[in-house]
Amino acid sequence: MAYVLQQLINGLTLGMIYGLIAVGYTMVYGIIGMINFAHGDVFMVGAFLSLIALTLLSGLGVTSVPLALALTLVFAAGIAALYGWTVERVAYRPLRGSFRLAPLISAIGMSIVLQNFVQVSQGARVKPMPELLPGGIPLMNSDGFAVQLSWMQIVIVIVTLALLAAFTYLVTKTPLGRAMRACEQDQKMAGLLGIDTDRTISITFVIGAALAAVAGLMFLLYYGVIDFYIGFIAGVKAFTAAVLGGIGSLPGAVLGGLAIGLIETFWSAYFSVQYKDVAAFSILVLVLIFMPTGLLGRADVEKV
Amino acid sequence: MGAPLLSVEALTMRFGGLIAVDALSFEARAGEITAVIGPNGAGKTTVFNCITGFYRPSEGVLRLTHGDAANFLLTSMPGHQITRRGKVARTFQNIRLFAGMTVLENLLVAQHNYLMPNVINGLLAVFGLGGHGRAERIAIEKAKLWMHATGLTARADDPAGSLPYGDQRRLEIARAMCTDPELLCLDEPAAGLNPRESDELSNLLVRIRDGRDVAGRSSILLIEHDMGVVMRISDHVVVLDHGRKISDGTPAEIRADPKVIAAYLGEGDEDEVAA
Repeated sequence: MAYVLQQLINGLTLGMIYGLIAVGYTMVYGIIGMINFAHGDVFMVGAFLSLIALTLLSGLGVTSVPLALALTLVFAAGIAALYGWTVERVAYRPLRGSFRLAPLISAIGMSIVLQNFVQVSQGARVKPMPELLPGGIPLMNSDGFAVQLSWMQIVIVIVTLALLAAFTYLVTKTPLGRAMRACEQDQKMAGLLGIDTDRTISITFVIGAALAAVAGLMFLLYYGVIDFYIGFIAGVKAFTAAVLGGIGSLPGAVLGGLAIGLIETFWSAYFSVQYKDVAAFSILVLVLIFMPTGLLGRADVEKV
Repeated sequence: MGAPLLSVEALTMRFGGLIAVDALSFEARAGEITAVIGPNGAGKTTVFNCITGFYRPSEGVLRLTHGDAANFLLTSMPGHQITRRGKVARTFQNIRLFAGMTVLENLLVAQHNYLMPNVINGLLAVFGLGGHGRAERIAIEKAKLWMHATGLTARADDPAGSLPYGDQRRLEIARAMCTDPELLCLDEPAAGLNPRESDELSNLLVRIRDGRDVAGRSSILLIEHDMGVVMRISDHVVVLDHGRKISDGTPAEIRADPKVIAAYLGEGDEDEVAA
């Protein structure tokens, strides 16, 4: 029982991180119908930016953990947003109106560019990072197995929920969100109503990248090690989460992220850690075969 | 009558070897309803697509002159600027509402430029800053006035896609009017409406032209096949056939023009050019 509870906590935390990345996939897909394969790498860049910021801050003598975290979060999200903007501007916008596969190939190229850039500039070795917030709240102790809710997990869950809530509000209630949804449904018509569609698409990329960078920070804090390759696996898993939840659906992305996080954690706990990725990706295959629209996906709205 | 609002000067549009619009010139004057009529394939929708920036004309000039003498060359503006600065709004032959958004949201999207003057402001809105709340209230007020004018108040929170056809047509017009246009371009607004609905529509268009019982006024450029509607409400009619203007005048003049009658009754040559 205690063991199950611990896995549940771990799985939900991991799922939150995946969900945060998946939101970026699902938003971009929603608005321009393209899978942004470089998104996972923006997440990785975000993790590196966080590491740099935390190292700098500790060098500068900032000892307050909440302050350091807040500054890092703003820094990583801000710079990663610039990356997201640039990627869209350089690699996708010139290809808009081209054939469907062109931006997809360009995205794969962009992903390799980012990976290699970080590999060259930061080195290929794994970067460790001392635990920032050790300890936690012991919840239960049975048969010598202590269930613990770590401070880190609490931070991850709270930050993620707050961001998702703010983002959901943005999409459903503000003019910017309405413009995004309008572009999603009919870009030309949105343009005719005075919406700058290019800019709206840019903002979508910027927000997606900022959320991915926060996920990168969470990943760094949670696992304590990063390398230039984490973007690929995490990215594909988040993509799986987005597909599982129904690509294009915001709550679907979060739900899918939680599901993938839980599946992966429970699989590792009860079967084999080595095969955890196999479990996650088998889900992708099964979903694509049996439920192509995902859990909360909607079939295409029929145009009258 | 009113000053020229839109001047079309020697507009030509070629698609490969096909000439859809051939050296067309006409004027739409402020405060009037100008109808563009003609048999299928005459090039009416092509003219609209040039005006709203969907097509770049092969030759010719489209000049827009607002009441305050601001002057725009529509042929050299990107699409969203034609709406934002040129103040031209349009509807389509086939309905293009945001079907998944509510009636109210459709009307708010049309006020985007007012609600979100820049990106920073758009992001601040998440925190309720940047005057967002007040702007949103004013925008909702305006949307309410248009919903009232088009009889859609009761459906405010329904998805636009779930409305009956006639309601969707009126919502399109309401949405276009929410952009505060100087020129409202309507592509066959009466298509598929029953006689009672097209009477209501005629009535609405006249009210928009006169700014009577509605929240704003606009000059109107209209493509329409329903001659009843055209003859009843137009101040000025332009007749196209095979991309050329064959007649231009008041509804009474048009009705009496032998060239128009010949074009409509036809010399038996069916034109296959897309409208």
